[in-house]
Amino acid sequence: MPNKKRFSESVQQLVFVGPATLFFLIIVVLPFFLCIYYGLTDWNGVERNARWVGLSNFQRIFTSDTGFMRSFWFTARYTFVTVILLNLIGFGLALLLTQALKLRNLMRTIFFIPNVIGGLLLGYIWQFIFVNGFVSIGNWTNIKFFQLPWLGTPATGFWALVIVTVWQYAGYLMIIYIASIISVPKEMIEAAKIDGANRWQVLKNITVPMIMPAFTVSLFLAISWCFKVFDVNLSLTGGGPFKSTESLALNIFIEAFTNNRYGLGSAKALIFFVVVATVTIIQVSITKKREVEA
Amino acid sequence: MNKANRYSPRLFGLEILGIVIAIIFAMPFYFVFVNSVKSIREILSNAGSLPTKLELMNYVKSWGIMRFPLMFTNSLFITVISIAGLIIISSMAAYRMVRRPHKLNKFLFVLFVSAMVIPFQAIMIPLVQVAQMFGLMDSRIGLIICYFGFGVSLSMFLYHGFIKSIPKEIEESAVVDGCSPYGVFWRIVFPLLKPMTVTIMLLNSLWIWNDFLLPLLVLHQPGIRTIPLAIYSFFGEYTKQWDMALAGLVMGLVPIVVFFLAMQKSIIEGITAGAVKG
Repeated sequence: MPNKKRFSESVQQLVFVGPATLFFLIIVVLPFFLCIYYGLTDWNGVERNARWVGLSNFQRIFTSDTGFMRSFWFTARYTFVTVILLNLIGFGLALLLTQALKLRNLMRTIFFIPNVIGGLLLGYIWQFIFVNGFVSIGNWTNIKFFQLPWLGTPATGFWALVIVTVWQYAGYLMIIYIASIISVPKEMIEAAKIDGANRWQVLKNITVPMIMPAFTVSLFLAISWCFKVFDVNLSLTGGGPFKSTESLALNIFIEAFTNNRYGLGSAKALIFFVVVATVTIIQVSITKKREVEA
Repeated sequence: MNKANRYSPRLFGLEILGIVIAIIFAMPFYFVFVNSVKSIREILSNAGSLPTKLELMNYVKSWGIMRFPLMFTNSLFITVISIAGLIIISSMAAYRMVRRPHKLNKFLFVLFVSAMVIPFQAIMIPLVQVAQMFGLMDSRIGLIICYFGFGVSLSMFLYHGFIKSIPKEIEESAVVDGCSPYGVFWRIVFPLLKPMTVTIMLLNSLWIWNDFLLPLLVLHQPGIRTIPLAIYSFFGEYTKQWDMALAGLVMGLVPIVVFFLAMQKSIIEGITAGAVKG
């Protein structure tokens, strides 16, 4: 009898957890370990045998591969600027839409819509806006901003990507901030007002400290979106002009699937993983610490 | 009286500010829609103007070139089956892990959750190899299996948190009534998970419908492409032919925007819930 029970338990374990584990192992875990292995070879993706080259891929990336370092700095700068703007605008929109505006539901929908469309399509849409739409606005208003060669120079290409990303994700962060602002107890704000606090003081001393967890979540989301940017990058600038706006993910993609250097690409992918994982873990541990204090 | 008081000049000013920002946000859509029904000459001479004549041939042409109905069916098939499978495998795994938290299951849980920090681009190169090894290349089912692998961590994690809040007593009385463990899960527990199932469905449908890089790596035959892939190859072939390209873009974005407008409330609730947890 106990034997039969143990058998039934094992079957249940297999039926309930087995499928999820199997797919997960094949699709995520196996490629992850293969990536470490390929990173130590000079494999080109075609030949049967990959030649072991030790750490020379990494040596090459850090010493002579200017493309990777350029992509790295581009991605870092882009992430830094975009994360700040995204959070400022997302928070600003949330403050606006938590007022008793008549059209706030419609506005919320409009601010959020870019988010549900895929990055690839958004990039193409904005390619048209920067190249044709801005020109026509520029001719009409004569404002210099709209007459710049947006996708034609490295500097404007950088800002073009920032603008599109902010437009894409601001609505998402707005939703998180709105939820958090609404949950600030009304009595607290009332009490502060009775004590003579003005709107700015209420915002600075009550709302902002109370919604700290939302800031952390939003910061984390924004960093991870920006660091992994690919779709918008590919369709908006394609990394150009002269590879000046090539993100890390795009650089890895081109190395592997255009240049057919799978070994080198895997080594880059590993470095990419370490950077993203480190940022994520730091972010999560900070969140946890804050939660304990609060 | 009171109401009139509450809508102060300050609020009116903020309302105007909000409207201006909303117009700026919606501007790209104006350009795309308006120019999708203009001739290429009109687009290039002034992209801001309204069309003088509706050029609906743009839509007819790109509908045919993209084979839109086929691409739409492919996208729908892949999204629906992936989500159905993800819901089944992740709810079952999460249930077992919550109810039998022995060493193996605890280890598996940590493994699933920690894999969420791996960005897709970090493992895409060997993934292509693995997909070839297991015969997943160039097949819609193969792509769906890839989505099972990549989606299971988050879905399982969300279910795990939810199942913990379900009291065990409900299940125990069903066992006394002679229900099998599988019956307990499907007839008693799974229906209780409905709110979380809806959230997981919506989050995954936005992701899978819009996903571009994974299908790009897995699907190569033109006949099995999804909408983002069709748009990508369309732009590759018809560079700068904005009349047809914009019509194609509109067709690409309408289905998901309609879906969002229909499900808006649940999607926004799902995001709020997901963000608080994750």
